[in-house]
Amino acid sequence: MIEFKLPSLGADMDEGTLLEWRVKPGDAVKKGQVIAVVDTAKAAVDIECWQDGTIVELLAEVGQKMPVGTVMATLLEAGEKSLPSLPASLPQGERGGSQLPSPLAGEGLRERGNAPAQRRMISPAARKHAAEKGVDLDSLTGSGPHGAVILADVETAAAQGAAAASRPAVAATTEVPSAEKGAARIAAMRQAIATAMARSKREIPHYYVSEDIPLARALAWLQTANSQRSMAERLLPAVLLLKAVAVTLRGYPELNGWWRDGSFVTAERSNPGVAISLRQGGLIAPALLDAGSKPLTQLMQELTDLVQRARAGSLRSSELTDGTITVTNLGDQGTQTVFGVIYPPQVALVGFGRIVERPWAEDGGLKVLPVVTASLAADHRVSDGHRGALFLRELAELLQHPEELDKEAS
Amino acid sequence: MTKKLPVKQKIEHRPPPPPAGPVPWDKDFALQLLLDMLRIRRLEEKAAELYGDGKIRGFLHLYIGEEAVAVGALHALAPQDNVVATYREHGHALVRGMPMGAIMAEMYGKQEGCARGHGGSMHLFDAATRLYGGNAIVGGGLPLATGLALAARLQGETRLTACFFGDGAVAEGAFHESLNLAALWKLPVLFCCENNLYGMGTAIERAESQTDLCAKAASYNMPTFAADGMDVVAVHATMQQAVAKVRKDAGPVFVEFRTYRFRAHSMFDAELYRDKAEVEAWQECGPLHTFTARLKAKGAGGVKGGKAKLSEKEFLALDARAQAEVAEAVAFAEAGTWEPVEDLLKDVHTPPPPGRPKEAQPTPGAGAAREHPSPPSSGRGMGGRGRP
Amino acid sequence: MSRKLSYREAMREAMHEALSKDPRVFLMGEDVGRYGGTYAFSKGFLDAFGPERIRDTPLSELGFVGAGVGAALGGLRPIVEVMTVNFSLLALDQIVNSAALYRHMSGGQFSVPLVIRMATGAGRQLAAQHSHSLENWYAHIPGIKVLAPATIEDARGMLAPALADPDPVVIFEHAGLFNMEGELPDDWTVDIASAKVRRTGKDVAIITHGGSLPKVLAAAETLAADGVEAEVIDLRVLRPLDTATIAAAVAKCHRAVVVDEGWKSGSLAAEVMARIVEHAFWELDAPVARVCSEEVPIPYAKHLEDAALPQPEKIVAAVKEMLG
Repeated sequence: MIEFKLPSLGADMDEGTLLEWRVKPGDAVKKGQVIAVVDTAKAAVDIECWQDGTIVELLAEVGQKMPVGTVMATLLEAGEKSLPSLPASLPQGERGGSQLPSPLAGEGLRERGNAPAQRRMISPAARKHAAEKGVDLDSLTGSGPHGAVILADVETAAAQGAAAASRPAVAATTEVPSAEKGAARIAAMRQAIATAMARSKREIPHYYVSEDIPLARALAWLQTANSQRSMAERLLPAVLLLKAVAVTLRGYPELNGWWRDGSFVTAERSNPGVAISLRQGGLIAPALLDAGSKPLTQLMQELTDLVQRARAGSLRSSELTDGTITVTNLGDQGTQTVFGVIYPPQVALVGFGRIVERPWAEDGGLKVLPVVTASLAADHRVSDGHRGALFLRELAELLQHPEELDKEAS
Repeated sequence: MTKKLPVKQKIEHRPPPPPAGPVPWDKDFALQLLLDMLRIRRLEEKAAELYGDGKIRGFLHLYIGEEAVAVGALHALAPQDNVVATYREHGHALVRGMPMGAIMAEMYGKQEGCARGHGGSMHLFDAATRLYGGNAIVGGGLPLATGLALAARLQGETRLTACFFGDGAVAEGAFHESLNLAALWKLPVLFCCENNLYGMGTAIERAESQTDLCAKAASYNMPTFAADGMDVVAVHATMQQAVAKVRKDAGPVFVEFRTYRFRAHSMFDAELYRDKAEVEAWQECGPLHTFTARLKAKGAGGVKGGKAKLSEKEFLALDARAQAEVAEAVAFAEAGTWEPVEDLLKDVHTPPPPGRPKEAQPTPGAGAAREHPSPPSSGRGMGGRGRP
Repeated sequence: MSRKLSYREAMREAMHEALSKDPRVFLMGEDVGRYGGTYAFSKGFLDAFGPERIRDTPLSELGFVGAGVGAALGGLRPIVEVMTVNFSLLALDQIVNSAALYRHMSGGQFSVPLVIRMATGAGRQLAAQHSHSLENWYAHIPGIKVLAPATIEDARGMLAPALADPDPVVIFEHAGLFNMEGELPDDWTVDIASAKVRRTGKDVAIITHGGSLPKVLAAAETLAADGVEAEVIDLRVLRPLDTATIAAAVAKCHRAVVVDEGWKSGSLAAEVMARIVEHAFWELDAPVARVCSEEVPIPYAKHLEDAALPQPEKIVAAVKEMLG
């Protein structure tokens, strides 16, 4: 039996009010399916179920206010009748099997792996020092083991003045007290997007290139990799594409950074902003920090987490300001090619369309392969079409060696 | 060739015939021992009552029935001798000279108790009378007594160490290791076994392959004595011989006092392991009333006797004295105070001598230059000192 | 000025000095006399001090350790040698139930100025019953002090203050150290209250004691070659622990690895980690790690024994994993 508990959607959320059930007892639910709508202090949030299963009982009543962790519903696991199951506080697949004798944060990671909004690992010394120096920990990227924020990160940030935290978030919707104000919030977001996109088209001389990329190897590799993973840990193609973009960018600094005050500033790390369309309308592109150096598993967790929090309106300010490029994936909507609008002050956007089977000529023969069309919209003030084309070519090549992307993990 | 083994002694659960004839002592001495037995008896009767009232808690092991052993034996020791006792030691502490108030206050858990309430009934200690506990580990006192005797020997002291223990301790490894060491090193230890036939609820023949405890001790190559532990006269006489033997030979001696406990093992004992009839038979020859009867009938003053009989009036006066002492001890304990909780950790370690930092850093060769008063270091201001 | 001597010679000198200076001191244990000491610590003592003060005992640990307690109560200053920590289990009753408790249980009337020395530790292919590191059992008991000399200086210097201490002191001598040689300065001073910094560093504090100290120092050298400066703390006194020194090292380095030859579960390392969390939590920049013996009886075969024990490589690996 799975206990479905009210998740914490942000460090500052400690309770929520159930607005609506989207399921009823007996319904089969899929991982990621929205099963309820809950009003938090910030917004009405769609609550997704994190496991496949069948609803047994809805325990929470509409209108009920409950603390985080309250069991809202019980589910039978897919394929199970009434076996006593894992407590919901453990992700599936973490029972039994040998655990690596890692003396470090590995165990802590596993314990935290379930929390929808994963608690960031910040060392006590980093917390203490950050408090003393007035550094916003949310603005930091961890450089410690498993991405933990450590003392050195705080010291670096303190030395640099930690300006990031104070930059205004373009599309952040941080203060939305209730669902009634939703319309006003959407209008505000529309306005923010209008301003940014108008500026983009006004100021940025875009050029566009595109490339068809065969994904047979990448998808086969994913299938193999996923066969050894629990449901909760499976990798989606999107994460592979994101990682590939971030890694390829290392060779193309002119696509990764910001146009500020009349000149281009290269970013040290690549933080691809992931374009996420919101259910209530609008768009947000929070950044996956330092995606090029993170293991795929971690990246997948962070991506899931990011999407969840973007939709819950609980993003960190740094995630809204630290993007160095935007990656948009409109394949779900069925489109084949994306012609993106760059999100200023960034200077490039990579778009992916739908992965479809297409005839593909290779080695003098014709095959049917899954193919995706990747496009690049880039700022001509900083780079030229020649470099843009090389970038896509290299991206396509990298995706023929998916195992390389996993190797990057170490 | 197999050597013929000693036969396992058939153990007698019935008491020996009560002692008869005049008491071969001065009347004053006889009355002193009678008074001590009365003091133990009245103290423990009161303790049992106070246990029921919840004034005394923890384990409480009563000596009632065995008083002749502590009284007869300890009166044969000199003040400089060491005594190591068990958890059934109220009588030993009292006869050795510990004020009854200090004992009662200890059982109350008051800081006026001999061990400031740290020990309770089972852990009576008194540096002034060289009583080294009060040991609640069966057999725990035997190695310790052996070491005390070793210290005396190495320092050229004449004191002996009398170590009391029950028949249950004879099965412990500590008994065998200690007797072996003491005999091997010829140490002045008097091993006094109070054989009351039961180690808690297990009868001696169910615990010992050889119930003749003297045979066991003798196998360690030391002289042994046995005495009727219900007869204070016999106990005292045997103990005197044993003491003389230790002092003369400068080696250990084993004495077995055959006795019986009338009460339960402790306050938590339903006594399922022995017949009421057996207890009653032993009570018939209880040490207090047989000695009293003997003094009344035959008197004291030598083998011819008849000269100095005990009158009922004298007996009642003695008993009244004992009861008055108990009443004062109870009043003393009642008036006692609790050690402040702030002092909880006080005596875990010995405080450094005044004027010296706790963590002195000895320089090379400073060696054992740091002096500490060697135990026993008496002289804690104890409110209960001095008989009431 | 200094001179070179071995751990064994240092212990021998320390005992010789104690016996020479204080007539109340005597040595008692199995084969301390004619045999010259199991580890030759008391070689020649029998001739020098005679059989009363160099006292061979039968194989009866409970009896002679208890006799040591009694002798201490009776005014002497016994040094009781228990051949190895595994045999000390036979005497545990007298150490725990008598020596450690008497002072408090008697309301402060009776102190027990006893020194118990025993060999400890693995690493010599002596298999499961002769390779224990049970220092933590003793370090659990209020009323006794527990020492672990791991240097020549401490082997030479800890006995005198232990004998001068009015309460029971248990000294654990790691058998892997006995042949270790080192320089003893002429002006050494030794206390039995503090932990010592054996190597200064800034990146990670490695806290250890006894036989693991040389391994930790070796690991620190390896780490230094990779640019990681480890501060090495030798606990020396396992009870009472010098929490201040531990906390100071953690505050300095922000990372800590505890190395302990005992088994991990319920170990002394666990206690040290708890102290760090209690006293230096906000200084930590990474979870505290530890390198202990594997949870297995120590095997005889060399490769297995090596694998079961903390080794410099394991210590280096733990530090590197922590640094990320």
